[in-house]
Amino acid sequence: MAYDVVIIGAGMSGLSAGIRLAYFDKKVCILEKHSRIGGLNSYYKKGGHEFDVGLHAMTNFVARRDRRKPLMRLLRQLRIGYDELDLSEQTRSSVRFNDKTLYFTNDFNTLKAEIADKFSAQIDGFIKLTDHIDSYNELDINAKTFPAREVIDKYITDRLLSDMLLCPLMFYGNAKERDMDFWQFVIMFKSIFEEGFARPFEGVRRILRILKNKYNECGGELRLGSGVKKLTTANDGSLRVVLDTGETIEAKKVISSAGYVETMRLCNSSDEPDEVPPGKMSFMESLYLLDKTPADLGIEDTIIFYNNRERFDYKNPDTLIDEKSGVICCPNNFAYDTPLKDNILRVTNIANSDLWERLSKNDDEYARAKETSMRLTRNAISQYVGDFHSSILYTDSFTPATIRRYTDHINGAVYGTEEKIRSGKTRVDNLYICGTDQGFLGIVGAMLSGITVANLYALK
Amino acid sequence: MTKEDVRKSVLDIIASIAPDEDLSGIDGDAPLKEQAGLDSMDFLDIVMELRKRYSIDVPEGEYMELVSLNSSVNYLAPKMENI
Repeated sequence: MAYDVVIIGAGMSGLSAGIRLAYFDKKVCILEKHSRIGGLNSYYKKGGHEFDVGLHAMTNFVARRDRRKPLMRLLRQLRIGYDELDLSEQTRSSVRFNDKTLYFTNDFNTLKAEIADKFSAQIDGFIKLTDHIDSYNELDINAKTFPAREVIDKYITDRLLSDMLLCPLMFYGNAKERDMDFWQFVIMFKSIFEEGFARPFEGVRRILRILKNKYNECGGELRLGSGVKKLTTANDGSLRVVLDTGETIEAKKVISSAGYVETMRLCNSSDEPDEVPPGKMSFMESLYLLDKTPADLGIEDTIIFYNNRERFDYKNPDTLIDEKSGVICCPNNFAYDTPLKDNILRVTNIANSDLWERLSKNDDEYARAKETSMRLTRNAISQYVGDFHSSILYTDSFTPATIRRYTDHINGAVYGTEEKIRSGKTRVDNLYICGTDQGFLGIVGAMLSGITVANLYALK
Repeated sequence: MTKEDVRKSVLDIIASIAPDEDLSGIDGDAPLKEQAGLDSMDFLDIVMELRKRYSIDVPEGEYMELVSLNSSVNYLAPKMENI
């Protein structure tokens, strides 16, 4: 049985591509290796509690239903109503570098006022940088790009400010160490600072459920527990998808969200070298279930991006984790109509995947290392959130090894390869990639990526 | 289909793509782009919906025929005559 399109991976990008294709009557099948959809943005249940993975918040919040904004464009493309998302806005977030704090909200003027107040010599440059960003079309897959710092330095001469601006954007989407591509910087700047954060009351589950239901309604087929082992090209140019079970599926086209290197490995013989190195940036996340709301513990912000070093250094650490910088997320601190059932604090730190993979082979050592790392993090963030040790009811954590195990992304690299394949094309005819390695970032970016690749190569 | 039916079908498609837009006061001769706030992705969707609903193919070179409501009706009417 031949499909028009087979999609590898039922994450945000694969599901979005699937909806477009199924809606327009293509015979489409999504193959998901895991027993659950979501990929890098998923959820699990442990100790009777539900936890989200990946997504801290939806970026790209729009309140005034501005049709041109990415979130509205993707909802139109997927024929999903804005209200279905049930979004609640963040209260306030911050970037905290020791004693220097910049607050921002979903009103861009908050950040402008903060910079005018705390970096008064830089505000004119910041406004000019913003104008430059606004005039750049980051969704054009052919747009020229440069190192972001090169551009930022033309407008902002205080390294502390440029680091504070880069910090949230890097943590939420950067596959490169120390610098970003300018077009990715623009995507993240608009989605986080100009548009902002919101969250469905039910978290990532709601978004995934909407996507899955829409896909089913359109007649798309979803196969869970169906890992792909090999991709080969038939004489007529169509593709043969060989599953782990040995079953072979034929497809005129394949769109893969498995990652670029991961996808090409499915096509190559095992001794062939990778064309580009796999990404390295991965994270450890510590989850704390608390007996009080974060607000009762004095934590008012929705998301805190912090750095304790003299200079912010976004890179793969030599140690298990880099506890000196990271992200603290309080899912409770969104403006919901009713409070969440559980009080949760999530802390995300860059982690060295090689070291974690090695440790994960020994259960005891691995568990001990997780515990030690969580303690280091808790100490490192106490200057921002106080000591919440006595309020902890339950903890859990996951590492690059966990991410690799559940998503099959090499190194558990959350943001994929350093160099993005913006066109979505591969050297194999009729094989395309979408998702994090195509380079639209964040979950809104992931969905737009699936839509764009489906439109360009399977619908037009 | 009469020209009026074609007009209705096109408006129907635009309404499904842009549910929040008020289409009642649309000027038939003015570009849809500004009036209904449609971007290039949305135009592709009009073409796709025409194929999905009425099996009509609009080649890429003729997309500009859909620039306004009136031009769309004039262009599509012969193709939709027998529907």
